[in-house]
Amino acid sequence: MRLARVAAVLAAALAVAGCQQKKEEAAAPKASAVPAPAPGDRILLGHVGSMTGSEATFGDSTDKGIRLAVAEANAKGGVKGKQIEVKTYDSQGKPEEAAVAATRLVVQDKVAVLLGEVASSRSLAMAPIADANRTPMISPSSTNPRVTKDGAKTRPYVFRVCFIDPFQGTVMAKFARDTLKIDKVAILRDVGNDYSVGLADFFAQKFQELGGKIVTDQSYKAGDQDFKAQLTAIKGKAPQAIYVPGYYTDVALIARQARELGMKQPLMGGDGWDSVKLYEIAKGALDGSYFSNHYTPDSPAPVIQEFVKRYQAAYGQVPDSLAAQAYDAGRIAVDAMQRAKDLTGPSIRDAIEATKGFDGVTGIINIDADHNAQKPAVVLGIQGNQAKYAATIAP
Amino acid sequence: MTEFLQHLVNGVSLGTIYALIALGYTMVYGVLKLINFAHGDVYMVGAFAGYYVANALGVSERPSTAKAILVFLGSMAACGLLGFLIERLAYRPLRGSPRLTALITAIGVSFLLEYGFQLPRWSFMPFDFPPGPTPRFFPQPFERADWTVLGVSISNYDVVSLLVALGFMVGLQFVVFRTRFGTAMRAVSFDAGTAGLMGIPVNRIISGTFVLGSVLASVAAMLVAGSRPRIDPIMGLMPGLKAFVAAVFGGIGNVPGAMFGGLALGLAEEFVAGYTVSSFRDAIAFAILILVLLFKPEGLFGRVTVEKV
Repeated sequence: MRLARVAAVLAAALAVAGCQQKKEEAAAPKASAVPAPAPGDRILLGHVGSMTGSEATFGDSTDKGIRLAVAEANAKGGVKGKQIEVKTYDSQGKPEEAAVAATRLVVQDKVAVLLGEVASSRSLAMAPIADANRTPMISPSSTNPRVTKDGAKTRPYVFRVCFIDPFQGTVMAKFARDTLKIDKVAILRDVGNDYSVGLADFFAQKFQELGGKIVTDQSYKAGDQDFKAQLTAIKGKAPQAIYVPGYYTDVALIARQARELGMKQPLMGGDGWDSVKLYEIAKGALDGSYFSNHYTPDSPAPVIQEFVKRYQAAYGQVPDSLAAQAYDAGRIAVDAMQRAKDLTGPSIRDAIEATKGFDGVTGIINIDADHNAQKPAVVLGIQGNQAKYAATIAP
Repeated sequence: MTEFLQHLVNGVSLGTIYALIALGYTMVYGVLKLINFAHGDVYMVGAFAGYYVANALGVSERPSTAKAILVFLGSMAACGLLGFLIERLAYRPLRGSPRLTALITAIGVSFLLEYGFQLPRWSFMPFDFPPGPTPRFFPQPFERADWTVLGVSISNYDVVSLLVALGFMVGLQFVVFRTRFGTAMRAVSFDAGTAGLMGIPVNRIISGTFVLGSVLASVAAMLVAGSRPRIDPIMGLMPGLKAFVAAVFGGIGNVPGAMFGGLALGLAEEFVAGYTVSSFRDAIAFAILILVLLFKPEGLFGRVTVEKV
């Protein structure tokens, strides 16, 4: 009897282990689909993304953007006569998983360039690994300033192709003061998230500088179910708008609960809102709200329209800004590898650092001394449960 | 004043959830003297079971009362079965072993459910199971209505949840003190060995207790998921922990105590988050509980048990 039980437990354990393996295979479908060339003939790009979890659309869009950029480069003959292959590992939206995935890509798979993550908390977990193994890392969309920094000095191997939060916070503060003419704002931030905390701080600083008033500063934790205590406290202070620099799942739930409490103020936020899921969950609760973002697919600029067309042809959906940023990150990685004198980490690093005037979908990209990109930001307004272009704000 | 009343309503609404989960905790403890740490995860499974049933019925497109009842019943049946299986496979083989062994097994079952549900979908499953770590959105089993009374908004979910929790509390008291099953439960709780000698089917009573506790967890999950629609595999972790504290606070093993403890914890959290620093929400709420337990270690409604030599 006892033996039978042990056997049953073992069988269950094996079944679980089997599924684990299946997951890893699923993470890199392209690798097995195309006949694999000899190891020396291809270049590996590693991507760490939140393919599942609360920010699953971030990882999904980013992966699609990167793969589109790589497919285009391969169609043009690849880099230095070699085809490029993308290997994606899932971070499940957890910093510790992102660190494990990054280590695996860098140490085991020996990727030439590491791409990812979207969330700053997870990029922060990956940055020391890229640095220590002298593998260049490009984050497409992490906006927290500390991602490319190690204390006061800039991390030599870590780059990003997006603007940073001191600018993004400023954009929304300016927009709220100058365009919306708002004086009193409440803040609701995710205390466990480097991105949210940074953005809230920079927004508050600029908003007060411009003569506005922060009436209350509340916090929540990602994954909370109930935000009504904080919202009721905010309601009591009667602000004209609420700044919620969180990620889309939480933001949409916050918006719904705010409406349930009879609060009609617009919400304002950052690029963490950008996901089709935001509108699906909010179901109209976010109408009248605004958020800052990297680009808008509505822009008439030919480079953007060309990208939107190609992305739609490949995936049948409109690219969000994370896909656009990832596309730029992928193209910059390819461009740097073309220019590098060989394909070792230090040479590619030097080439990325020398990127100047790169004509990206999300703007002209110049990598500055702090390894950030200087680009304008757009503000999008939500109407009829859809994002519409509202303003462009230059650095 | 309006703000205070709104906090009160929110706090009661939150506390009701803790109370519903705590009722299941306290009942299993009362009979077995086992802290079933997997209870919060049974709650999670209840939410997912309801989600699958609701999707199969197409609740989000056309909600109706009949469908809502089916969703509740489906989830309750799934959780009842799960409770039975957990008890049969994980706890019963350890019945005679030291209490610590059972406690660690409970934590193991809890992890098995939490992480098992985070696996990617099995290809042979006809529906999306296991769900993986991406959160899902629970369709509303019945139409939500918000009323504004004196500037305070109250929803029908809050009212229904509170009434259901109160109903269950009274029902459980009735079962425990007025039925044959309850008498047997109390006998098993008092001394399982002797109860067995008196002809009480100890195993069946314990199984029944687990099934009942798990069904309570599934009802809690349905009521929560209806108004706070995000469900994910680790959603049971914090509510489970808090419900456990609520049960201890009210005096573990005591049914009205669990109800009271849940409401007290919900209100404490709400007022701390509303009037002080919101990041201290859990810290201050738990600190109050520690203080109460320092002065009344058996909980507010618990009985002091005298060790007989």
